[in-house]
Amino acid sequence: MGESSYNWVSRKRQYWREKRQLVFEETASHPLKGITVINSGKEQKKTDIPDFIDPLTALMDGRDPLSVLSLEKKVSVGVKEKEVIEKDEPFESWNTKKSAILAKYTTSETLSISVLCSDGDKMSVKSVVSETVRNRLEQLDDFEEGSVQETLNLSQQDYTKRIDDLNSELKISWQSDQRVRSLKIVIQCAKLLSDISVIQFYPSKFVLVTEILDTFGRLVFERIRDKSKIGSDIADKFTSDQVPESAKETCRNWFYKIASIRELLPRFYVECAILKCYRFLKLEPYKPALLRLSSMIRGVGDPLVAIYARCYLCRVASVLDKNLRVHLMPTYSDFLITFSQIRSERIQPLLVKNRIEMGVYMNLYSPALDWILQCVAYKASSSELKTILQTGRERSNSGILLHSILSAFQPDYIVGRSLEFAEMIKECKDVGISRSALYRRLGMCAVFAEVPVEHRLNLLNEVWNAVMKLADPGEYISCAEVWIEFVAKYFGKRELNTLLADVVKHMTCDRAFEDHYPELQSILGKILSTMTDFKTLFSLDKFLPFVDLFQKESVRIEIGKMIMDSYNKNSKEEATEDEVLINSLMYISRMMHDCVNALTLEDEVRSITGHIISYIRSVDFGRDFERQLSFYVECRATFSGLDGVTAFLVHCVNGLAMETRRIVNSVHTAKTAPFVRACVAYTFITIPSLNSMLEQFRLYILSGQVALCNQCFSQADAFFKAAVTLLKSIPPAIAIDGKSRSTEPFLVEYIQQFLSTLLYVPDNPDAGVLYLLNGLLNAVEAHDWDSSHDSKFHIFANVLCLLSSFSQEQYIYRIERVDSNDALYGSDNKFINELNSLACNVLEQCIIRIKELTPKRSAVLCSSLLNIVIAHADLNCSNIEILLKTLLTVLSETDLKLFSKIRKRVEEGLKTKDNQDKAFEKLLNCMNNLKT
Amino acid sequence: MSDVHVDIRLRRITKIYNEGDSATGVVLIVNNTKSDVSHQGVTLALDGRVNLKMSSKNIGVFESFYNSVKPIQLTSANIDILKPGRVKSGRTELPFEIPLKPRVANRPLYETYHGLYVNIEYMLMAEMKRSLRKDLRKEIEIVVEYKDKEQSFISPESTSFTLNPNSVQKTAKERETFPRFVIKGDLKTQGPIGSPMTGEITIESCEQPIKSIELQLMRVEVCGCAEGYSKDATEIQNIQIAEGDPCRNVAIPIYMVYPRLYTCPTLTTRNFQVEFEVNIIVIFQSQYLVSQKFPLQLSRF
Repeated sequence: MGESSYNWVSRKRQYWREKRQLVFEETASHPLKGITVINSGKEQKKTDIPDFIDPLTALMDGRDPLSVLSLEKKVSVGVKEKEVIEKDEPFESWNTKKSAILAKYTTSETLSISVLCSDGDKMSVKSVVSETVRNRLEQLDDFEEGSVQETLNLSQQDYTKRIDDLNSELKISWQSDQRVRSLKIVIQCAKLLSDISVIQFYPSKFVLVTEILDTFGRLVFERIRDKSKIGSDIADKFTSDQVPESAKETCRNWFYKIASIRELLPRFYVECAILKCYRFLKLEPYKPALLRLSSMIRGVGDPLVAIYARCYLCRVASVLDKNLRVHLMPTYSDFLITFSQIRSERIQPLLVKNRIEMGVYMNLYSPALDWILQCVAYKASSSELKTILQTGRERSNSGILLHSILSAFQPDYIVGRSLEFAEMIKECKDVGISRSALYRRLGMCAVFAEVPVEHRLNLLNEVWNAVMKLADPGEYISCAEVWIEFVAKYFGKRELNTLLADVVKHMTCDRAFEDHYPELQSILGKILSTMTDFKTLFSLDKFLPFVDLFQKESVRIEIGKMIMDSYNKNSKEEATEDEVLINSLMYISRMMHDCVNALTLEDEVRSITGHIISYIRSVDFGRDFERQLSFYVECRATFSGLDGVTAFLVHCVNGLAMETRRIVNSVHTAKTAPFVRACVAYTFITIPSLNSMLEQFRLYILSGQVALCNQCFSQADAFFKAAVTLLKSIPPAIAIDGKSRSTEPFLVEYIQQFLSTLLYVPDNPDAGVLYLLNGLLNAVEAHDWDSSHDSKFHIFANVLCLLSSFSQEQYIYRIERVDSNDALYGSDNKFINELNSLACNVLEQCIIRIKELTPKRSAVLCSSLLNIVIAHADLNCSNIEILLKTLLTVLSETDLKLFSKIRKRVEEGLKTKDNQDKAFEKLLNCMNNLKT
Repeated sequence: MSDVHVDIRLRRITKIYNEGDSATGVVLIVNNTKSDVSHQGVTLALDGRVNLKMSSKNIGVFESFYNSVKPIQLTSANIDILKPGRVKSGRTELPFEIPLKPRVANRPLYETYHGLYVNIEYMLMAEMKRSLRKDLRKEIEIVVEYKDKEQSFISPESTSFTLNPNSVQKTAKERETFPRFVIKGDLKTQGPIGSPMTGEITIESCEQPIKSIELQLMRVEVCGCAEGYSKDATEIQNIQIAEGDPCRNVAIPIYMVYPRLYTCPTLTTRNFQVEFEVNIIVIFQSQYLVSQKFPLQLSRF
């Protein structure tokens, strides 16, 4: 390429003619729509073929792991549901209670465990013992069964692990046919339950040990069943006459062995564990055994151990058959007798030793008592229920009993007698379980089932009078939490307001709210779910003080989001004008905004921004644009910390200006013109306050367009000038989503948009020709572009297009009532020459760039330049011909594929009968020559 | 040699037989070698006897070691299963039937009983004699029980009892330090051995907390010989029926299953006696102990 510069002459275009020649082709398929299969029937069904098969799914056969997991869950839930009786009465299974107990009853003290450690020999016959010296007896006990090791000072975790180890040891011994050893392990485990040294841990210990017992029972049962070779089809329904003699003999041996276990508690527990095996021996297997076992527990002295033993009996029986009830009432009455005989002088040393209070001690009874009462109450006759209620009233330390009754009985039953229960709670002496816990239980029943209408107000008054007087804020709030839902459901705003006032009062003294955020949050959630009408909600004068209780920042954000979510979900009308609502929501939004600080996570910031934007969007004053603008001004001041909101506000105001224009049909009156100017001024002031430079750049261009549309010429100029000035301060990379991304792609896009805008921007008569474009070009030149991309080249190439468009007689698009340069200059020659000389400079820059690059990359640039030249330059001009020839030579030498593409385009171009025909033909010849 | 062994399989799974029954089953010879095994005959012998042992109390330690009383033969029988010959490879089952008849008319077959000084056992032994090699033997025990009510029957009866400080045989002075208590109850002391011992015990009042209430089942064996006889009471098992301090005025059940083989119906013969008794022991937390003895009369039906 010898010449240092080329001349540029733009081609004259006839836009309207070109448009007419564009051919439209009808298409039948939408590229983004899925494959549909139309049945021969009338319906249309989608096939199972996914719209898009990602490579990972394609490699997998079957379902993906997550859906398998969810299926499994469904299956296991289904199985559990089978345990629930088909009739209406629900029955919570033990598994659900287990984890609650394990979580609740924990201890930080050390525990000890004594178990078998070596291989025990066969249990030798209890042989020579002379007198009744029980000490020696006990010693021999221990030593005969193999050496017992006492492991002390275990933490709770270690203890749990140790129990798990025992469980696996049991299974291993069993599998290696060391059945005697397995039995010894089980007996040792059962003995653990007679130890109440760390008493707070007892319920959890019970859960852990009974698991081992259950395992043992299952192993024995399965063994005997296998021995009896019962077919799988009658596996569940076999009767004892179908069992062969050998299996029966084995079964009998087991029972004999267990009957000679010396200690009471292991004997009891192990027999309960293998209770199911009675089925092999007798037709009516369980009743006598259950009654006997139930009365056996009377020999257990410690009431806590006794009640848990009873609980295990009830549990085993309920697993066998929920309808077995013969043992239940006797068990319950026995328990009551034990309970009433808990003498304080007996318990006191125990409490002192464990350093707990009576209340905590009583609480240890509740899991077992809950379970027993649930078994008793299940399908109980009403007379039985009445008896139980009666006993609940009469006993002295009845708090715990009442609590379990409230948990175990059906909510419908309880709400039917709600006033009676409220009475009972009032009468109950506050020993063991606090009244607040009882009220809370009652509240939960009242919310779950429907209290009869006539009782509601009385019940509320009764209960709330008592709750109000609770001194301890923790107790108070646990009750309030439940009863607020009751009020929200059945009563109106007046009652709710009173209750809220009370809650606020209780919580503000001594800053009690700081400790109870979760409960307060749940109260708010319940109120929001029941009161969907936000106008009423905000009209409650205690609502905002209640919201004020949340003072911790993270919690404030949480509840702000909660309220906004609820509002968005429930407000059917898109916009609102209500002052109260607007102000309240502004308060909430401001609250959320003020909690954002430098440490807030980006996600959180995004979420809050979204919520505030949805709020702003919902405020619409209709035609009163001035009010709307002042609202936006207020918002800008309030939400100055969040970039997203500020940008949104700019868009809103731009929207306002355009809306005004639409209404007056772009003929501004004396009233609207100042208004739009005010809008424009707003945006001009607001944009620099944004943090993101790129955002600023984009918004400048956009707002400039808006200003121009509204015939605010000087303001538009200011915008564009500001954009150009901004260009040099834009950094090469910014952080998006934590990753550093180059700004270049964005910049190129925005600049191209800018260039398109410049087409209809009229020149300022005070400044030079195309001063904006010149300014932009200088700024682009000055910007530090990445040399591995060719952004500058692409921008300059597009400038060529722009310049070509500038030189047309009538621009391809314009704004109504705005005279662009075509009208201003009227295609004056000087102007055209200006354009062409500018184009030459630009062209030179482009060619310099092409020369700098390696042949491969330059080929790409070459071809794009060629495309532009062919499309926009006047090919008849000789200079252009030379340029073309040079470029084509370069391209044919470096990349033939692109060359042939160009060739094709030229051939197509020939089809349009344009003034360029001859030139195209020449071009084609040239290209053919080059190819050879 | 584990290549060949002998086993006895009885048809009756429970292995419980009555007098006059015939024990039927098969003698099983398992020949794991690849060739035939030669033998000098396979026999099956039934041996029922009472073994008596003198305790060291009356006679002295050394004499009691050397001088066990001669065992009393109750029944014996011998049948030839196979004449000398060869046994093929694999499993060979040889059915047998052996009668259980008392040797002497006036001495019926007593029930199987494993005790300390008295042992009544019935053993079946299968023997394969072999030349040049050790004989193969297998011995199993069968259990004999009385057949009908004529042989062994006692009508059930309960005994009620009261425990209070007066029942303790101490001097009046010592009794002062003893805690005051009243414990009542009843116990089935007569009845069939197959049904467990039942009863109730109620603590009506008690000053001190109780640590444990136990039932101690004892056997009382009397062995006689030329020099005299000895009577010994030893414990069979100890069952705890209350642990810790139970509630007052609540009927705590007494329930104990008589262990098989270690108990049998009360037996009184010319040479020896086997009787049972139970002790109810109440142990207090302060280590005081009260017990009362109840002799038992057990029968089969």
